[in-house]
Amino acid sequence: MEIRLLLLFMIFAAAVAVEIEDLLSSVIAVGAVGLGLSLVFLILKAPDLAITQLVVEILCLIILIRATLKKDLPLIKDGRWLFNTVSTLVFIVSFLIFGYFALKELPRFGTPIMRVAGEYIEQGLPKTGAANIVASIILDFRGYDTLGEATILFTAVMGVLAVIRKVGRINEE
Amino acid sequence: MKNKEVGMTLIVKTITRLTVGLILLYGIYIVLHGHLSPGGGFAGGVIIALSFIHLMLAFGRETALKKLSQAQASVLESLGAIMFLTIALLGLLGGYFFFNFFLHKGKPFALFSAGIIPLCNIAICLKVGAGLFAIFAALVLFKGLDEEK
Repeated sequence: MEIRLLLLFMIFAAAVAVEIEDLLSSVIAVGAVGLGLSLVFLILKAPDLAITQLVVEILCLIILIRATLKKDLPLIKDGRWLFNTVSTLVFIVSFLIFGYFALKELPRFGTPIMRVAGEYIEQGLPKTGAANIVASIILDFRGYDTLGEATILFTAVMGVLAVIRKVGRINEE
Repeated sequence: MKNKEVGMTLIVKTITRLTVGLILLYGIYIVLHGHLSPGGGFAGGVIIALSFIHLMLAFGRETALKKLSQAQASVLESLGAIMFLTIALLGLLGGYFFFNFFLHKGKPFALFSAGIIPLCNIAICLKVGAGLFAIFAALVLFKGLDEEK
């Protein structure tokens, strides 16, 4: 029940974020979506994800407000409202039809089809000695995945620092 | 006359002086207890980066960059990446990649337990915290360059 209410709130906030004119209000609405998602994780008993979602959301809000808000954004406002509305409706209807057929095939929530998960839950504490099962999975059983994630973040930081670094900027004068 | 006041007002500065140490301490707690309680290296690293960003928002960018400059952040980030990869490669001593090479894993629920997992958490914390702070510092410096023109 709470999850449905939170989902409705998140959908409403996302629609507000898309439709509103003011850029600051739009960024704050995106933050509301993220905080709702953090609460959903907490209700679904995933506190690790809830903490991570909360702090990453705050960081994204600060970066969006502080570092990019003053830039001018060109707003596209042409007169093709009929074409835009029709294409949006077609996409929404096809997404709903596809989702109706695809979501029926999914297993129920809480009954995973991957049998390896049960093995992890049983063997997590005796094999690694970590009381937090999430830490024992992401850093021991699935260490490769964490290494890939670390590589992605490293590449992202290197890309940002290479593109907007201070030295080597072309003097425009 | 002093030159132009940087950062936010006196109220924000006073509150920041009181809270920034607590935020940093909470981040370190989340990292070190990553194998016992919810949290872990990623969340703790972001909280540590947020404490430095908090300092930068309240006191202006010079104060924060004096504590941790962008070059130092880059070095720390690379150090974290190399540390994580080294821990993974040391597992080859025991047989395979990411082998938990501590034979005696300690008592569960103790702070020093679970073999390599706390070390991996510290490495990821260094990587994530320093990397995100470096991105934020680069964006703020980039914006500052535009304003000077």
